[in-house]
Amino acid sequence: MSELLTINGLTKRFGGLAAVNAVSFSVAKGEVVGLLGPNGSGKTTVMNMISGHLPPTSGTIALGNETISGLLPNRIALKGVSRTFQLVRGLPSLTVAENVIAALAFGRRRLWGDTARLEALSRLDEVGLAHRANQLAQQLTYIDQKRMELARALALEPELLLLDEWLAGLNPTELRTGIELIDTIRKRGVTILMVEHVMDAIRALCSRCVVMNAGRKIADGPTAEALADREVITAYLGDAHA
Amino acid sequence: MLVAALLSGLVLGGTYALVAMGLTLQYGIARIMNLAYGEMIISAAFLAYVMFSTLGLNPVAGLLIAVPAGFALGYVIYGAMMTPLVARARDKASLEIDSILATFGLLFVFQGVMLVTFGANFTSYSYLNDPVTIFGTTLAANRVLALILAVVFGGGLYLLLTRTLWGTALRAVAVNPGAAPLVGIDVNRAARLAFALGSGLAAAGGVVISMYQTFTATSGVVFTMKALIVVIMGGVGNLIGALSAGLILGLVETFVATYVDPGLTLAATYAIFLSVLLWRPAGLFGRLMR
Amino acid sequence: MSRALLSVFVFALVVAVLAYVPFIAGSYGITLGIGMLGYVTLATAWALFSGPTRYVSLATVAFFGIGAYTVAVFSENMAYPLLLAVAGAIGLAVALVVGLATLRLAGVYFVIFTFGLAELIRQLVTWYEVNVTGTLGRYIFLPVTPEGIYWQLLALATTAFLISWGIGRSRIGLALKVIGDDEVVASHCGIDIARVKLALFAVSAVLITLVGAIQAPRWTYVEPTIAFNPTVSFLTLIMALLGGANRLTGPLLGAVPLFMLFEWLSANFPNHYSIILGLVFIAIVFVLPRGVLAFVEENWRRWRKSGVKNLPAVAE
Repeated sequence: MSELLTINGLTKRFGGLAAVNAVSFSVAKGEVVGLLGPNGSGKTTVMNMISGHLPPTSGTIALGNETISGLLPNRIALKGVSRTFQLVRGLPSLTVAENVIAALAFGRRRLWGDTARLEALSRLDEVGLAHRANQLAQQLTYIDQKRMELARALALEPELLLLDEWLAGLNPTELRTGIELIDTIRKRGVTILMVEHVMDAIRALCSRCVVMNAGRKIADGPTAEALADREVITAYLGDAHA
Repeated sequence: MLVAALLSGLVLGGTYALVAMGLTLQYGIARIMNLAYGEMIISAAFLAYVMFSTLGLNPVAGLLIAVPAGFALGYVIYGAMMTPLVARARDKASLEIDSILATFGLLFVFQGVMLVTFGANFTSYSYLNDPVTIFGTTLAANRVLALILAVVFGGGLYLLLTRTLWGTALRAVAVNPGAAPLVGIDVNRAARLAFALGSGLAAAGGVVISMYQTFTATSGVVFTMKALIVVIMGGVGNLIGALSAGLILGLVETFVATYVDPGLTLAATYAIFLSVLLWRPAGLFGRLMR
Repeated sequence: MSRALLSVFVFALVVAVLAYVPFIAGSYGITLGIGMLGYVTLATAWALFSGPTRYVSLATVAFFGIGAYTVAVFSENMAYPLLLAVAGAIGLAVALVVGLATLRLAGVYFVIFTFGLAELIRQLVTWYEVNVTGTLGRYIFLPVTPEGIYWQLLALATTAFLISWGIGRSRIGLALKVIGDDEVVASHCGIDIARVKLALFAVSAVLITLVGAIQAPRWTYVEPTIAFNPTVSFLTLIMALLGGANRLTGPLLGAVPLFMLFEWLSANFPNHYSIILGLVFIAIVFVLPRGVLAFVEENWRRWRKSGVKNLPAVAE
């Protein structure tokens, strides 16, 4: 298997605080990897650096053989990385279809006009939102906004999809649909790195997990092993349970 | 020549620092970007001129009238114009834009009133225009007085903000307007007081300026610009920053005027402004009031 | 479809009628028309950039003055069309430099910088004229009739309007909407925010420069204080805001009535002009913060909604 994402010595400092401290790991093509850790351990900061939202203080991020760290998000998006946000970010004054068209029009395929519209509808259909295509994004429920955000991320035709707690806040039925949806995306060959707290989803989807605590990587391996790791249990539950 | 330039640069810089402190209070605490600030300065300059030429009141005594008047004017303007804008603002950015637009209108009203009252001529009066010798160069006494007044006002304000409970509340609002109410600070009242205090300082600056410079009804814009530049250079809401940046600006202007060309002072000002914006957008001395 | 066709027809008709005006209007009418078309173009061009990006530019007169002054400087040694091209090119160059330097700054710094830009350019031009050429004022003798200026401005206004319409329908128009909603999402969608803003700023600035260049021969005598009069920035801003900077016809609807008002004010109250101007402006900011069109639309919707409520049986 060839590596799609290679992270090496990644560090982010905010003033004196090292939110991410010398983290290295890699994700192979076609893999679904969970990025876990207690709150504040630096997971979202890692995601933000991969997508270009934050520049790393030091360290490198490579996509295939190309270094992408330090590039702006729009350049990284065009190289095949797309994402959803921890706090869902729709474009409230645009319609649901336009939200997806935005990614189609400026993404790698640069679709426009009727082609873009049809493509947007089929993307929305994938996430079960086609019937809301002409509504304003601000009128959607929270769950539907998450769906729309995923459709927008997929519209960029990513090689690497970053999901930042995309399954958080779903009820059990929605969760099952959500897991199936991510699984379909995986089967299509999209590599996924997901920050997630829902353990059922991690067990069902992720073949491997990277666990962080206080800015450092503390475990990296097949899901069952990573979750059974002593240090991981300590990080989540405290010393007494280890 | 060098000492002379240095001294006049300090005088000018002291004045800039004084007026910029008022603006940094208004923008840093009250979050109002006041484009009519320079017009407030010039209004006070005209007030000092009228009091001096008709009542024979010397400008230092004039301060006792002009500063409270400026404070009161600021208090009223904030209550009448800014409160509704603050109430309807969705976020900091929309308040900034609204306040810029509203005070831009105010600029024309102030300027229009001054033009109608005083005309467009250059105005000045002669007060303490006697030579004083310092470090081997002669300087007009009114300039020395201007520098002293700037130091007194600046120092007074600094002590007021750092040594009193009231000042601490104002600084708290500057640092975090969201959290200030949690410790019992009335943010709206603090903003209003800061705006009024800023206007009072503008009035003080105007009186000081009128003692040694000529001015016209339309020269407010330039003072607003310079005050803004000093505020941004010093870091918004940072008094010490405003002081240092004001002195730097005054010195640079005087040196450019003395050694390069008096016509290029504004260009030099802008060059500094732009390089600061590009190099350190948060100001040379950081953002928060220290 | 038929509605789109109707709009095109109405638009063409309006342009045709306006083009005919010089044949029937007297010289005062043409003067008025020139002023009005000038401001319609300025307001439309201003809103082109500032409406969607919410970057309030106070630099209108900087570009307007560059246009006028370029024509004044080169009027004796260049053919007229070349003169306009050179003016436009200089406007573009300045816009690119200013844009590259300032567009990545936060909005408020941009406002402040543009606020002083006109003053800076005025001082630099004055300095150059006094120190290098030795004269401050310049005469413009060009064989351009008032009618010619009128038609040129009409063509420019039409162009500005069409550009604005075209952008609303294009990829860049969508990019602007996305940027207006959320810049972070915009860049994660692959939009190069800086480039979009810069392109728009440049287009807007070139249009504004051309207004100055075309109007310059009306003055015959130009000096920096005339060409760089800050009132121009101010009026443009109010007009665009009054109509609504985010709509195609907003600037137009703001420019026409306000221009008439200001003409009347300056004829009848020359001394109190700027006071009234300021008060009108403040009133607009307070009463119609998002423009007349948005105001009318909202109230229309509210009125219709309450109408529907009264007739529950009719709904659906």
